[in-house]
Amino acid sequence: MIEARQLTKRYGDKTAVDGVDFTVRPGAVTGFLGPNGAGKSTTMRMIIGLDAPTSGTVTVNGRRYARHAAPLHEVGALLEARSIHPGRSAFDHLMALAYTHGITRARVTEVIALTGLESVARKRAGAFSLGMGQRLGIAAALLGDPQTIMLDEPVNGLDPEGVRWIRNLLTGLAAEGRTVFVSSHLMSEMALVADHLIIVGRGRVLADTTVGELVRQAGGDTVVVAAADPAALRRVLAGPGVTITGQPGSEQLSVTGLSARAIGLTAAEHGLALFELTPKSVSLEEAFMDLTKESVEYHSATTTARAA
Amino acid sequence: MSIIADTRPAETAPARAVDPRLKVTGRRVLRSEWAKLWSLRSTWITLGLGLLFLLAFGTIAAFRYKSMLNSGQPMDPDFADATTYTLALFGVPFSLIALGVLGVLTASGEYTTGMIRSTLAAVPRRLPVLWSKAAVYGVLAFVTAAAGALIGFLISNGVLSGTAISMSLSDGGVLRGLLGVGVYLGLVGVIGVALGTLLRSTAGGISALVGAFMLVPLLMSLLPKSWRTDITPYLPSNAGESIYSLHHAAGTLSSGAGLLVLLGWTALALGGAAYRLIRSDA
Repeated sequence: MIEARQLTKRYGDKTAVDGVDFTVRPGAVTGFLGPNGAGKSTTMRMIIGLDAPTSGTVTVNGRRYARHAAPLHEVGALLEARSIHPGRSAFDHLMALAYTHGITRARVTEVIALTGLESVARKRAGAFSLGMGQRLGIAAALLGDPQTIMLDEPVNGLDPEGVRWIRNLLTGLAAEGRTVFVSSHLMSEMALVADHLIIVGRGRVLADTTVGELVRQAGGDTVVVAAADPAALRRVLAGPGVTITGQPGSEQLSVTGLSARAIGLTAAEHGLALFELTPKSVSLEEAFMDLTKESVEYHSATTTARAA
Repeated sequence: MSIIADTRPAETAPARAVDPRLKVTGRRVLRSEWAKLWSLRSTWITLGLGLLFLLAFGTIAAFRYKSMLNSGQPMDPDFADATTYTLALFGVPFSLIALGVLGVLTASGEYTTGMIRSTLAAVPRRLPVLWSKAAVYGVLAFVTAAAGALIGFLISNGVLSGTAISMSLSDGGVLRGLLGVGVYLGLVGVIGVALGTLLRSTAGGISALVGAFMLVPLLMSLLPKSWRTDITPYLPSNAGESIYSLHHAAGTLSSGAGLLVLLGWTALALGGAAYRLIRSDA
């Protein structure tokens, strides 16, 4: 359980995190989503006390992270930036962290096996590929058997096999009742694993919602249907939970709340001819882009500048 | 009469009891810093260099002295006042740089590589990390330097046996002085750790270390003479040399006073490091 209350971080006159409130609950994967520069990494650094908040608080299981007797047993974190000495082997790196808590050598061996690093555990971590480095970071995060696992952009640089491994790991950890908090700037990735979403932009929380709710708010699943007699079709489709929109004089209607199959069957039942029946689902990506459009830090130019 | 019924639901058991064996303790942080030190190749190399400088330069100085003595030519002025003890410890300034640099590296290396984020996530109270690093490395530098000085003295004494300046370990103050070399370089190691933590950069830490121990003494000649004699004995390098020198010339501190002054400098550096460690984001 992670609770942030009015959490704020300023660097000089730039506000990286601006009065953020959220709660991350156990037993679910919570996605922390936002464009680059939205304050995700800064928030995560504040959670484990690497950065001190300018104001506001953030607690883990009811206490500030540094106040726990066994911090690695409360939160296991993988930060976006590499946090290893390249001259040390993976095993020695994990062992050095394990010693601080009295974690056994057997547990170190266990997380090495869990993350598939057995063959390279004695090699210098500096020679690791991006994917191996990421696995080592996850091994370190799991080391203390933490109640809360927090991963900053874990799939960055991973191959498809690694991405799938992370997905299974995250859902598995949540199923064990742990709190899983994962950041990403890719909606498509989050949609596959996250139960809950906290969307941020420019240091503020834009939405604290579920994947399903976000889709519904963004327009839900719409079916476009064209008929010879749109007015008659409207009458037979109308019902609770069904929204129908259309332009006057146009044969096309947009229907939400009914599947394409249900619309086709109803039309056939009433002998109404249809010319088009197209399910249009709003992509999560679009819903996300819509939400964060205002707060993207660096817009890319969509038009080519004309040479002066 | 009213009966107050306790309608609160029974306290639900915490989702998972915290394993009482897992806990950060001072001894465990020491153990971790010890493991970190020995799991890097740079530790072995630099410690070896620190030891080698003490042994090799002392031995070379002893041989050089002996060959001049045997040649019958007038003695080089640099060697005029030499004793077995001073010749044997010819390598101290070089060893100082090696051991000081390694001290800086053990701390600054955490920042330059990003390891500090893992370290402070494991020990978020932070200060135990600094104390442990300083203690582990200080003791290691002490042992290396004291052993180097002792063995170096024995080698040089072997080379110079039979000459007029030949000494023995049992001569007054020799053993204590050789231990003093260990204390001096041990404290230099701690100052190195403090500078690395304070400046968070290897280049900065090494510059500060070399500046404090090598360059500032040279700058003293720019000062008016009366100031110079007042200030010079209290510089870290001069105070440190006082700890182990056998003959205390006028205007230098006694061994005890030298140790106190160097301890003061060490405390100052550690204080600055602790302040930065607590106050600044990692």
